[in-house]
Amino acid sequence: MGTINGALTEAVYYILLSLLQPMHGYGIMQNVEKLSGGRLRLAAGTLYGAISTMQEKGWIFALSADGDSRKKEYMITDTGREVLRAEYRRLKELVENGRAVLEEDAK
Amino acid sequence: MRQVIRKWFWAWEFDKEEQWLNDMAAQGKALLSARYATYEFEDSQPGEYAIRLEMLENSPDSQEGQQYIEFVESTGAEFVGKVMKWVYFRKKKELGDFELHGDNATRIKHLKGIMALLLPLGVMNFFIGIYNLCIGIGLNSAINVLCSVLSFAVTVLLVRGLKRLNDKKIRLEKDAQLFE
Repeated sequence: MGTINGALTEAVYYILLSLLQPMHGYGIMQNVEKLSGGRLRLAAGTLYGAISTMQEKGWIFALSADGDSRKKEYMITDTGREVLRAEYRRLKELVENGRAVLEEDAK
Repeated sequence: MRQVIRKWFWAWEFDKEEQWLNDMAAQGKALLSARYATYEFEDSQPGEYAIRLEMLENSPDSQEGQQYIEFVESTGAEFVGKVMKWVYFRKKKELGDFELHGDNATRIKHLKGIMALLLPLGVMNFFIGIYNLCIGIGLNSAINVLCSVLSFAVTVLLVRGLKRLNDKKIRLEKDAQLFE
């Protein structure tokens, strides 16, 4: 459970970044849009699917005890943090390799 | 003022149906409720609402279905109707973009869900057609032959619908190899 098998989707990466603080569904949508400078707008169904799967994998958990999903807040778990940091390292490697090759190409 | 319009869309025409509902909203007729082939609209500002519909994996009345509907409503949308596993939402455009499926993976999953529902119907109709044809020829029964013709007609319709959905799925899968 919780291990990372490949690249995360952009949506999952930004959702995990958002959930370093407790947040409900609509809050996540707004935060992702803000973090990405308005570029990434999560679709409601996509967000719902991602939240369900990440809960199953133990990357995030629901904070509120009542069953009303309108008020339910979510937060990242320790496993989720590991996944997020691993993805950050992977993305950094992509950017650094890209920079090295493209700078060479530009010479 | 409220207005009721009766109009039929096949399951594979859901994008056409959604487009029609959004065209109506653009003209100031916002969807208020949806039932079998019956849509009720209310007056609104032209372009005030965006309309989205989708087929759920579970019944809208199940716990999972209800949780999903509540979640979509929590994003500022209004649940306005359901027809079997299909649900209809509207959202004021001033509250932001309204999409249910924003990426290829969820779009493909949605199409597969619809196809999984239609395929058994197509297969079933085909075999009912064969069965009735055999009986009709064997017993020289015109009613059975007529039933088999009807079954084959429904089968052809479903196959055409499935092909349309499958073509769309293939296009999305090609895109998914390059983009999320």
